[in-house]
Amino acid sequence: MAVDEQLKIEMGKQGVIVTSLQELYNWGRRNSVWPMQFGLACCAIEMIATTMARYDMARFGAEVFRPSPRQADMMIISGTVTKKMAPQVVRLYNQMGEPKYVIAMGACAISGGPFKQGYNVLKGIDRYIPVDVHIPGCPPRPEALLQAFITLQKKIDGQVLTGEGRPRHLDAEAQSIFPVPEQGEHDLEPTSNKGLWTVPTIIR
Amino acid sequence: MKTVEEIKAAIEAAVPGAGVEVVTNPGPAAEHSLRIGQKHAVKVAEFLRDDSELALDFLSNLTAVDWPDKEITEKVKVTREVQKPVEGGEPGQVQTVTETVEETRKRVEPGYLETVYHLYSIAKKHGPVVLRMRTGNRTDDVSMPSFTSVWRSAEFQEREAFDLYGIVYTGHPDLRRILMWDEFKDHPMRKDYVEPDDYEYEPTAHDHVLERAKQHLSMEQPVAGGAE
Amino acid sequence: MSATMESALKARMARQEGWNRPPHVEPEGEGELLELSMGPHHPSTHGVFRMDVSLDGERVIRLKPVFGYLHRNHEKIAEGTSYLASMPYTDRLDYFCSLTNNWAYALAVEKLAGQEVPERAEYLRVILAELTRIQNHASTIGFLLQEMGASGTPLMYAFREREKIMDLFESLTGSRLMCNYMRFGGCRVDASAAWLDQAHKVVATIPEFIDEFERFLRSNEILMARTQGMGVIKPELAVNAGLSGPMLRCTGVGYDIRKVDSYGIYDRFQFRVPVGDHGDIYDRYMVRMLEMRESVSILNQALKDIPGGPVMDPKAKIRNFRPKPGEAYGRIEAPKGELGFYLISDGGPNPYRYRVRPPSLINLTILEDMCLGHNVADVVLIFGSVDIVLGEVDR
Repeated sequence: MAVDEQLKIEMGKQGVIVTSLQELYNWGRRNSVWPMQFGLACCAIEMIATTMARYDMARFGAEVFRPSPRQADMMIISGTVTKKMAPQVVRLYNQMGEPKYVIAMGACAISGGPFKQGYNVLKGIDRYIPVDVHIPGCPPRPEALLQAFITLQKKIDGQVLTGEGRPRHLDAEAQSIFPVPEQGEHDLEPTSNKGLWTVPTIIR
Repeated sequence: MKTVEEIKAAIEAAVPGAGVEVVTNPGPAAEHSLRIGQKHAVKVAEFLRDDSELALDFLSNLTAVDWPDKEITEKVKVTREVQKPVEGGEPGQVQTVTETVEETRKRVEPGYLETVYHLYSIAKKHGPVVLRMRTGNRTDDVSMPSFTSVWRSAEFQEREAFDLYGIVYTGHPDLRRILMWDEFKDHPMRKDYVEPDDYEYEPTAHDHVLERAKQHLSMEQPVAGGAE
Repeated sequence: MSATMESALKARMARQEGWNRPPHVEPEGEGELLELSMGPHHPSTHGVFRMDVSLDGERVIRLKPVFGYLHRNHEKIAEGTSYLASMPYTDRLDYFCSLTNNWAYALAVEKLAGQEVPERAEYLRVILAELTRIQNHASTIGFLLQEMGASGTPLMYAFREREKIMDLFESLTGSRLMCNYMRFGGCRVDASAAWLDQAHKVVATIPEFIDEFERFLRSNEILMARTQGMGVIKPELAVNAGLSGPMLRCTGVGYDIRKVDSYGIYDRFQFRVPVGDHGDIYDRYMVRMLEMRESVSILNQALKDIPGGPVMDPKAKIRNFRPKPGEAYGRIEAPKGELGFYLISDGGPNPYRYRVRPPSLINLTILEDMCLGHNVADVVLIFGSVDIVLGEVDR
């Protein structure tokens, strides 16, 4: 911003804090991201382990697991999303208030993982809702979840509050509710949200 | 514990007309099983549970197996009568000779669905006794009696077999789909089930998944690289 | 046969029609019933599980479990892949106890193929299975108390112990959770002397932890008030409904597959099978507590006696593994109950039929019977005391 970084540090040593509103706002948001208490499969166990004494997610201000989507800021998709569960996941995401973030934890949440060939397994939750951070691993270690969380904090820190790239919750036009897929006779309908997810280009 | 033959004899003595057959298991486990007919199945089950010597009070495992129609090619020796001219005889003189030739024949063995039950006895601490029961075919005659009234543990497992294989258990108190959603139409564990095609994006595809991913890609873009 | 058994059998013959069905509970007074859908996203359901509950005020009149939110098609995938390639999938069945799942599957395939297992591998299997049992029971009790309102603290204690065992698993198998350690005819890698030493040290600390846990919990007033006489199962119905593991033993039926089948080398160890008396939640809790102590005793014996030698049968076939046509049903006493694998081989590289007998699913058969007539807050406790993992319920 306008204040020189070096000068800020120097003034901090003298007991004067200089900041911008954007920095203060993002600082507050990044240190109080409350996850939703929402375990899907195996990765949920590692998620619980992350909140326990040894890995202690409370250090990052994210220990308050909220059972209600209305009170949560972040959804950790911790495990395989099946086609039976996918509509509920999208619905829960829609019920969360902005600002909201999604961490896709583990191979299954990213792409179906080892269970990709299953008829009831969704091949990646990003077909229906936008994902901020992907963590690979089956399951990812608690450290990996912490890393993902730090990545998310960096992302929040870098958000500019005005202009074109402003975050969704400050943009009245931005889409924050996504269509819920229906359970059809053979498969989910539609099989992916075409406006959100397109087939990535494969480079072999 | 009694051998399968002894159990078969005991069932036949207690429930006449039960139609029990011994199915041998050729593998090293040698757990031979008993196939029972549908007609008296519940009576047989009650006998096995309540008989003081067998006391098979614990239905541990209930599962279905799909045996699709099998086309069997086999060589059959056929004996037939052929008219042949007599060697060294007058022209036009024939005699009837029987000869044996090998013929390749194809026949279709009709498929069926089968339920397999593993029974143990908790009172006597023995087991397992393996029971089997078949349906008539795989399309319209797919029902068999439910064992839920005899062993409660059959309740969810029969629902699962109904969901994934489409076996209708008559007499089940609550026969609904258990794992898939209610609107779902197929029976996915059957061998001829075709799964929904959502292989648009397969970064590490191989085998049949790669084939399907290629089909998708050929519609949108040429596949670079190929099978690697 | 004893006279009591004879009379029990006679009583069984005289049973009424529908004796093993859930009882009918009438709503008190008039007024509408409240239909409540607990789950699939509910903090107490241990994952994605739903119960459709009809409530008369707070009382449960009807309860129907709804499954399938984690149905990952394990069986279908396993029928399309080789025997060995299914081993990592078994880790993900009951993701608290990957090693016992490995063992059950390895046991079934060994039975199918007539495969021998070397001595040292059997000991390692026992050691890992009993460590798994301890961490599973400790976490289960932690979760049960979390649901009772002891938010966090008992679970923190349980997970502190669990992390020690996870470290042991990680240093031996390379993974904390998904160990993928056992093979048909042995184990994947050998345990070093240093590992066994470390295991000794960890096992030596466990009794202290159990004592501490029990000092806090056993006579806790809230625990006793909320669990005693709650969710009672009758032994006869428990057997009929196929319950196994602590769910069966809490009713007083002393049936432990480690004793009955004595698979592996369990006949060499001295241990007792704890049984309950009343079949309520408190008994289930106590049975799990006592089982942890017996596991420690088995571990001490196994760590003392473990012989040297190979951990893999040299004759075991790894590549191109094709068992002869036939079928086999192998079962073990997993921490949650009887875990069985039913395999049919047609001589090919893949199993023709691959079936998991999930203790978690079958233990839920009488969930409705246990919950009817209780308050909705107790449903959470009764459900928590069953000890299920959704990966195994839905597979």
